[in-house]
Amino acid sequence: MTTTAPVEVKEPEIEEVVVPDRPWIVIVWNDPINLMSYVTFVLQKLFGFSLEKATKLMLDVHEKGRAVVSSGAREKAELDVFRLHEHGLWATMEHDS
Amino acid sequence: MTRRRVKRVRNGSFELRIPTPERDLLRSLGPQVRAALTNRGEADGAVERLFPVAYPTDEDRQTEYRLLVHDELLESHLGALSVLEETADAGRLTQDQLSSWMRAVNEIRLVLGTTLGVTEDGDERPVDAREPRYDAFVVYDYLAYLQGEIIDALSAAEDFT
Repeated sequence: MTTTAPVEVKEPEIEEVVVPDRPWIVIVWNDPINLMSYVTFVLQKLFGFSLEKATKLMLDVHEKGRAVVSSGAREKAELDVFRLHEHGLWATMEHDS
Repeated sequence: MTRRRVKRVRNGSFELRIPTPERDLLRSLGPQVRAALTNRGEADGAVERLFPVAYPTDEDRQTEYRLLVHDELLESHLGALSVLEETADAGRLTQDQLSSWMRAVNEIRLVLGTTLGVTEDGDERPVDAREPRYDAFVVYDYLAYLQGEIIDALSAAEDFT
């Protein structure tokens, strides 16, 4: 991290911030029932990931509790969440922060 | 060595080498989950596991999303169970049918596992075979085994990039 001397900045006057296409992210959460091999397979099947990438995401879910598996406009994210729910994965979506 | 239950054969189909008692079990489980899905009450946690919340921090959007997709998701879950029930005695399955088996077996595992309160560390497992829940865990473990077989067979057949 670099440090900089404090500079006086004029605060912009913002009443309302509207970001039209702020991307959404789709998150898969860890659960104790779905098999690791199943999660890997579903990620490959739904998103076309390589075995290596799907395995890495599955391990993130398993070890860190969650992984971001896709992102984009709201409609696309909702479709991805739906397809994950069809396969019994615990998926949610939220704004990318 | 146990014999493989699902084997990919030429022409892209899959041979099911599942003993009759296991087929009987699968045939009995499908309708149970189907009944739970179609007759569920307000607070059936086990079945709700098949309808996760998409927007955990946005109640309005979640309500809207659920209205939009709930029936389609229910139909999709029931459709997979139907394939399992209708082909429980089949000698061979197409790849699509086996994919439906995979989803149906997973639905049954999710409902059963949630009912049993399955956790990551497995502390909830009864050790005594005389305990009432022991048999349910045997079924749960069998379904995990079968699911592994299905995934192995499908993985070998799918051509992922």
